[in-house]
Amino acid sequence: MITLTVNGQTRRVEAEADTPLLWVLREDLGLTGTRFGCGVAACGACTVHLDGEPARSCAIPLEAAAGAGITTIEGLPAAAGLAEGELHPVQKAWIEIQVPQCGYCQSGMIMAAAALLKANPKPSDAQIDAAITNLCRCGTYPRVRRAIRALSGQA
Amino acid sequence: MKRRTFLLGGTAVAAGGLVIGYRAWSSGFEAQAARLTAGDGGRLIAGWVRIGEDDAVTVYVPHVDMGQGTHTALAMMLAEELDADWSKVRAERAPGEKAFANRFLAQGWVLQGLELPRFLDAPVQTGFTAAARFINLQITGGSTAVRFTGQGGMRIVGAAARLMLIEAAARRWGVDAGELATRDGIVTHAKSGRAARYGELAAEAAELSVPASPPLKPRAAYRLIGTSVPRFDIPAKVTGAHLYASDIRLPGMRYAAVMAPPVHGGRLVSVDPTPAKAVKGVEQVVSFDEGIGVIAAGWWQARKGLAALKPVFADGGNGGASSASLSAEQERALAGGEGKSMHDEGDAEAVLKETGLRVLEATCHVPFLHHAAMEPMNATAQVKDGRLTVWSGEQDALGAKMKLVALSGFAAENVTLHALPVGGSFGRRVAAGGRHLDQVVRLARAAAPHPVQMIWSREEDFTQGTYRPQVASRLRAALGADGKPIAWSQAFVETPGINEAFRLPYQIPNQSIRAVPVPTHVTQGSWRSVAHTQHGFYTETFIDELAQAAARDPFEYRRDLLPAGSRHRRALEMAAEKAGWGKPLSAGRGRGIALVESFGTVVAQVIEASMEGGAPKVHRVVAAVDCGDVCHPDTATQQVEGAIVMGLGAAIAERITIEKGAVRQTNFPDYAIASMASTPPAIEVHFLRSDGPWGGLGEPGMPPVAPALANALFAATGKRARSLPLAPAMVA
Ligand code: FES
Ligand code: FES
Repeated sequence: MITLTVNGQTRRVEAEADTPLLWVLREDLGLTGTRFGCGVAACGACTVHLDGEPARSCAIPLEAAAGAGITTIEGLPAAAGLAEGELHPVQKAWIEIQVPQCGYCQSGMIMAAAALLKANPKPSDAQIDAAITNLCRCGTYPRVRRAIRALSGQA
Repeated sequence: MKRRTFLLGGTAVAAGGLVIGYRAWSSGFEAQAARLTAGDGGRLIAGWVRIGEDDAVTVYVPHVDMGQGTHTALAMMLAEELDADWSKVRAERAPGEKAFANRFLAQGWVLQGLELPRFLDAPVQTGFTAAARFINLQITGGSTAVRFTGQGGMRIVGAAARLMLIEAAARRWGVDAGELATRDGIVTHAKSGRAARYGELAAEAAELSVPASPPLKPRAAYRLIGTSVPRFDIPAKVTGAHLYASDIRLPGMRYAAVMAPPVHGGRLVSVDPTPAKAVKGVEQVVSFDEGIGVIAAGWWQARKGLAALKPVFADGGNGGASSASLSAEQERALAGGEGKSMHDEGDAEAVLKETGLRVLEATCHVPFLHHAAMEPMNATAQVKDGRLTVWSGEQDALGAKMKLVALSGFAAENVTLHALPVGGSFGRRVAAGGRHLDQVVRLARAAAPHPVQMIWSREEDFTQGTYRPQVASRLRAALGADGKPIAWSQAFVETPGINEAFRLPYQIPNQSIRAVPVPTHVTQGSWRSVAHTQHGFYTETFIDELAQAAARDPFEYRRDLLPAGSRHRRALEMAAEKAGWGKPLSAGRGRGIALVESFGTVVAQVIEASMEGGAPKVHRVVAAVDCGDVCHPDTATQQVEGAIVMGLGAAIAERITIEKGAVRQTNFPDYAIASMASTPPAIEVHFLRSDGPWGGLGEPGMPPVAPALANALFAATGKRARSLPLAPAMVA
């Protein structure tokens, strides 16, 4: 039995200590908004926040996540202090700029972008390239960049 | 292709309102369609609309969401003709609506006499998926929604419903229908100042017969088509709530990981299940001819169990094959010359033998490419009470269902397929590549009565793909005194499926184009834009070589081979103009141009690139797109943008290689797809409106990318790459 703090709630899970956090979120806790893309920390589809830092949950063993505050896409608005039903500014910008295509990578993109903007409210293009290494097979990168620039007042 | 649409009767539904359906029929496909629906009582019902008494307009769309904004675009096309209030319009995927279970609807319309229980189980589902399949059949998989379903179905249904609502109002008010007008979901009579909402008229409209061929609006009267309304699917995609097939959660569900023989076509010889069973949570090891599956309480446990196994596979005699051996074999076959004639005009071979002509020759190679959709292949299934239920993201729902029926041996009415949104497909999730369905049925039998969710690891997804074929082409051309080609002779390695991509847009009097079969054991399939990816590269890099040999500007050379005023020529000119063709560039940069028509859409692109640190770098891409008309400009732009990004990644670095018969690349670190950092700062998409038929948009942005980039790198460096990907080709 391992105790986790996910989206502000304390959750107890039975999974073994080496299980990647991703599978615990998706299967034990029903938080399917965090997605499996590669399993080797190469695509970012599984990005969550651990104590506010972006982290690839497919490569984090459960025991390593136990002490941290975990935020998933489902809890992103609340973690920013927003009321139930409200969207995070990054989510709003994503709608405004109509970023997603198939959408599968977008939870991870949004989590990565939110973390970047929190750490660096006005990232340069090079900083965006360095921080957003998530993969999107549909090719939404130009719009992801546009949305981040809009959010940082560089539209 | 001639296409007719038949409207089915309007029907009042119990909850109130009007429902109109249609079926689409195209000569030449009738026999195929009849075969697809035979025995199931299925009918080709391509879609329908429901107008409720609360004014809500629900458009039922027979396509699965794969990210192209199809649902929104199709609803717009219907709402345009209906003059609906857009704020009241919703799209839903057919089937699965409550209205289906409505007795009036069922007996009076769709079923036309069939018993209700059967209706609930299979036939209507089959009817709908048949339509999706049927539509897809017209053009090998994609880019079909707006051009066929939308043009041939949605607009006609919308127009018919509008006429019925007008007629209902005319009868109610005792006035001439010609005096009535519609706008934003309201019928008005200017003379008397009367008005009625569609919802108020729906029940009366439902009593009327459906007009057979309602006139469609001229383009000038569009209010909705051509605007970029927010897409329906986006809000759920930013909150994580959009459900993909792998997000399905069912009571008692188990998870499974699978492994197929690494050499395609191989067989499992033996496996000792003990090590997997020792892993906590593992419940069963299921072995079959074409692989092994491990079923466990959680997916990670299943995967750990699978990794603990030491299976012995037979390689089917293909363990010595490699990408290099395949290329060599293809070169030999192409040099042999003959092959099946695909197109002949004049006598190209005779001209090529004439003395005194300038003759050029090139052989081009392209590699296997993987779809690498972000959602790995997966499917969920349950065998219970003599029924098979499957949840899967499928591009071709009827094909998948037919396959499930065949695989399971269950009667069609005992098989249900829930076709769910797909986290990217690009041609991967079609029934022909449906090994996942075979696997999940076996696993579901083993796990019965529990449902089981099978997910391929990314490694399995990479090595068990249905790849864009590794193929080659040998091209020869003779130039006349004016430098223009007078003979074009091409042999290319044949690929599965329909291929029209070898057709040249250019006016060349003597042509001989042949397809040469060179079998491979590697599983092949259709990849975004299908055969156009390789043919665009062959044709457009070779024509560039001809221009160079003729000492002509590559843009002008192409232009002069295209009929004046043609869509191709206009697109080419627009791309050149928008890109500032001919204007000076900074040192080390070059511009390349390419032109490809695919899926009814003509796309010309100009790419500006250089070699930096030994690798290709793209600075700007300008595309000119003629797809007839554009329904939703923002989505259209995004589709072309996405195809360019994906196409650049593929052109620069993507390559699946075969070693010892098996795929070598197992995950993204071995197979570099486009990334944020590699995406050029400027991708500009321009649309030309033309009176051409509506073309597709999901795929046509892709084929010109690789040749335009190769031509740009030639302009920048003087080195011409004749194989893809370009990163290794440019330094070889
Ligand atoms: S699934 Fe975690 S980075 Fe790809
Ligand atoms: S939107 Fe499809 S993978 Fe990114």
